[in-house]
Amino acid sequence: MESYETTGVISKDMIKLPEERHLKRGVAIIECIQEIPCNPCVDSCPSGAISMKDLNSTPEIDYDKCVGCGRCVAICPGLAIFLVKVDGEKGFVTLPYEMHPLPDVGEIVDVLDREGRKVGKGEVVRVRTENKTGIVTVKINKDMIMEVRNICLKR
Amino acid sequence: MRIREHPILEFKRGKKVKFYFNGKEIYGYENESIASALVANGIYRFSTSLKYERPRGFFCGIGKCASCRMRVNGIPNVRTCIERVREGIRVETQDGSAELPSADFDEKKIEKLDCDVLVVGGGPAGLCAAIEASRYGARVILVDENYRLGGQLIKQTHKFFGSKDEMAGRRGIDIAKELEDLVKKSENIKTLLRSTVFGYYESKTKHLFGVAERLDDFSEKVYKLECRCAIIATGASENMLVFPNNDLPGVYGAGGVQTLVNVYGVRPGKKVLMVGSGNVGLIVSYQLLQAGMEVKAVVEALPRIGGYFVHAAKLRRFGVPIYVSHTVKEVHGKDKVEGATIVKLDENWNEIPGTEKRIDCDVVCLAVGLSPSTRLVSQTGAEITYIPEAGGFVALHNEWMETSKRGIFVAGDLSGIEEASIAMLEGKIAGSSAVKRLGIEINESEVKKYRERLKELRAGRFGERGRRAKEKIMELWRKKYGEL
Repeated sequence: MESYETTGVISKDMIKLPEERHLKRGVAIIECIQEIPCNPCVDSCPSGAISMKDLNSTPEIDYDKCVGCGRCVAICPGLAIFLVKVDGEKGFVTLPYEMHPLPDVGEIVDVLDREGRKVGKGEVVRVRTENKTGIVTVKINKDMIMEVRNICLKR
Repeated sequence: MRIREHPILEFKRGKKVKFYFNGKEIYGYENESIASALVANGIYRFSTSLKYERPRGFFCGIGKCASCRMRVNGIPNVRTCIERVREGIRVETQDGSAELPSADFDEKKIEKLDCDVLVVGGGPAGLCAAIEASRYGARVILVDENYRLGGQLIKQTHKFFGSKDEMAGRRGIDIAKELEDLVKKSENIKTLLRSTVFGYYESKTKHLFGVAERLDDFSEKVYKLECRCAIIATGASENMLVFPNNDLPGVYGAGGVQTLVNVYGVRPGKKVLMVGSGNVGLIVSYQLLQAGMEVKAVVEALPRIGGYFVHAAKLRRFGVPIYVSHTVKEVHGKDKVEGATIVKLDENWNEIPGTEKRIDCDVVCLAVGLSPSTRLVSQTGAEITYIPEAGGFVALHNEWMETSKRGIFVAGDLSGIEEASIAMLEGKIAGSSAVKRLGIEINESEVKKYRERLKELRAGRFGERGRRAKEKIMELWRKKYGEL
């Protein structure tokens, strides 16, 4: 039995890591590691970067093709896709957020890891909604882009 | 306790209405069920148990269990979870056994109805079955107990899995609306809402069903409904779990709480313990967070999380702990849940002494599986058999979803517990098959496609149970009735 099956948390080594050049452009990190019958991310990708052998296999992402548009982030029924980007010392994580209220641009929020632990603060730099799913981008330290997966509003 | 703001939903409650609870004036809204209006007023005790006079509240929230029955305008045993609040009604706690009012059976109210295909249940399976049959020109009557169509889709605020063909990436609530619109647009479908198909009777050439429509004055109109085929899509009901105080108000079915929160916008409490980590437990837990409730923990008796990892990960990101190899030992409280104790289990399912943990909660949700609602289909004489993987007793059926009773079809959860995408496909197959049974030519290649999609949806590890259930059902069918 894999540890994520008992904890609901995956370890980073289960994720295919993008290279620096990919991170500069911004790419999608797909944290979908179980064979479940689902493929909207494949259909949503405008650059053909996401592929699946069949409906039940896990999605494969080609970071060379990913343009970091975030369409898969909005459509994923499992809310399991995140965008990460690095710009100098700053890192950016774009995450799906389906809670009320949505943060405002410029708002400072607590940033949380995969277990909901506060691991720092971040500045919200972009907020949009698609089919009622909030898509929130937070600016954090670049070392934290593979840790931060949620936000907590301080109000 | 009413939710004012929600990330996904807007609640259209309608006009404020005054009604009475045990003589006391309280308020609700016209689109609320009596049960949800009571809970919104902080009333949790709906009745008293027969023998030990213990307090009882609602449980399933969808009219399947007997937990929420109360006396309304003097009429006992009203299922308050599916009956709406009305101006001036008198709702009373039902203590002990109900005294039936003396009334004559009103012959005038019986009407005859006739159709080609009767569909019982307006959930994903029934809606798709009705739409499919109507496409071929069959005259369909669709009967559902609720005020609106959609079955349990109307509380599924999450996006659906699957592929484009099953409307993946769309929310269940939106799929419900879309299917409802298709039904309303069809000239071949007549819909009877707030109506219960209560019985099956022998008829020489057709199938005869009794239907009762609930009217605004709490009386009923009865129909004798004759049809050439019937598709039974009555869904499933939530399972109970045995532990001390499992009958206290505050111990609810997870789906019941989902109905309260997502359909009526009423929170039954603040702090929740979720029992069961299958997809229902995980998804409902997340939806309770969205509704502004706190989920204190999810417990799972198995050594691993039952539902999809992605659903578990969504909860963990909000700091909700999931305890595997744990169960609820007991619930505390006098008239209502005031807390619970969970305990760790060893590999033989025995409680490990000393591992008890007190959970501070006012709601305990049970998400411990569903049982197919087979009462009506069993009345028709269709052969019923026990298939553990299907969730209990189900009607034997073939690839066309036809039961051993010719002209009686099944689709969705009552034919084996699976999920909504599968129910929709089974509904389409049953709809086509019923039409074929009428002697109308159907597009068989489409049915083949539906079957292939079913196979695909059941292919992975999570589809195994459903796949195994259907294999067993088909095996038994082949042995007894030959071809599929």
